[in-house]
Amino acid sequence: MSRETSLVTADWVAQNLNNPSVAIVEVDEDTTLYAQGHIENAITFHWREDLQDGLIRDLVSKEKFEALLSKSGISNDTTVVLYGGNNNWFATYAFWYFKVYGHADVRLLDGGRKRWELDARPFVTEVPTRTATRYVAKERDNSIRAFRDEVVAAIGTKNIVDVRSPAEFSGELAAPAHLPQEGGQIKGHIPTAKNIPWSKAANEDGTFKSDAELKEIYQGAGVDLSVDTIAYCRIGERSAFSWFVLHELLSVNNVKNYDGSWTEYGSLVGVPVAVGA
Amino acid sequence: MRTCGATPGGPSLDGIDLTKQTVIQGVILKEGENDSVPNGAPVTNGHVRLLDATGEFTAEVPTNQEGQFRFFAAPGAWTLVVQAPGARVEQVLIAAQGVPTDLVIHI
Repeated sequence: MSRETSLVTADWVAQNLNNPSVAIVEVDEDTTLYAQGHIENAITFHWREDLQDGLIRDLVSKEKFEALLSKSGISNDTTVVLYGGNNNWFATYAFWYFKVYGHADVRLLDGGRKRWELDARPFVTEVPTRTATRYVAKERDNSIRAFRDEVVAAIGTKNIVDVRSPAEFSGELAAPAHLPQEGGQIKGHIPTAKNIPWSKAANEDGTFKSDAELKEIYQGAGVDLSVDTIAYCRIGERSAFSWFVLHELLSVNNVKNYDGSWTEYGSLVGVPVAVGA
Repeated sequence: MRTCGATPGGPSLDGIDLTKQTVIQGVILKEGENDSVPNGAPVTNGHVRLLDATGEFTAEVPTNQEGQFRFFAAPGAWTLVVQAPGARVEQVLIAAQGVPTDLVIHI
């Protein structure tokens, strides 16, 4: 868990495009992006179709995860490099997901699709074929995943970090502004949560800020990182980004991603809600 | 910039309930040597980010194959930051519910 073991640069990826021990995986919300062009030899996972159960709201089962990775040609000892659009939101979600299932060596391309595009690096449309494997996942590691009862109990006792935009935190918007403002949830945030938008951790090109800058973002907001921390957003992908910053880049162990996030919390009956800045 | 008489360039608004949504959209065009408004080529590898009135990041989208983008925001003042290889442009605007803000931005 450090910048050196969890993050790779575009140059590193460019040098490992044909490395058989590396699998490059694009993870997006918008599936058309991969078809339009992707990094050479990258395969793609769709965050909903491949990574959500589909019947109940949950991660896919261990068996389904094993089947996905096996057919994708990923072995237990493969170095998996994740990247995607949306400033790596869904790629960091996938990173957290791979960690939940105990994959040993998973890394994130710093800056994702955007930095790659801004550098005018090439995309291809050819879809690679990888030889199928027999992947064996570990049991889920729930030490990095928060559930709703734990979140309610954390109000006023643990750090709760709301990583959505200020407009979503205050209740002005119900969703990120690239999505229609609909949904069944009420608006607002979990009481005692601090609003530290995920974007504070990223440079304008989508790459991460320095460790010193990242520490200052949390310390400056008065978050005592020796206390357990739960990060949430709307559906758990932006909070996976902030979880990555804390858990992987800053090596803070006691951090969980609440992937139920506001779409769950904002639908619960009777739980406290706060509005305003 | 939306100049008088320019054809707004965002995606089709069919199917969007404009009475409920505050739409900010447009098209990003790159000026060629012989181009003049509005004849630039669509920027298909651009990224458009939406900042709130305090400059805080609110959302970001890539441009589509027609160089277009769209946000669903709230009424008020916003700033768009357009990024593309070798280019960065900011555009300040006021959005309103019911009337889409439709822009043509040249980089």
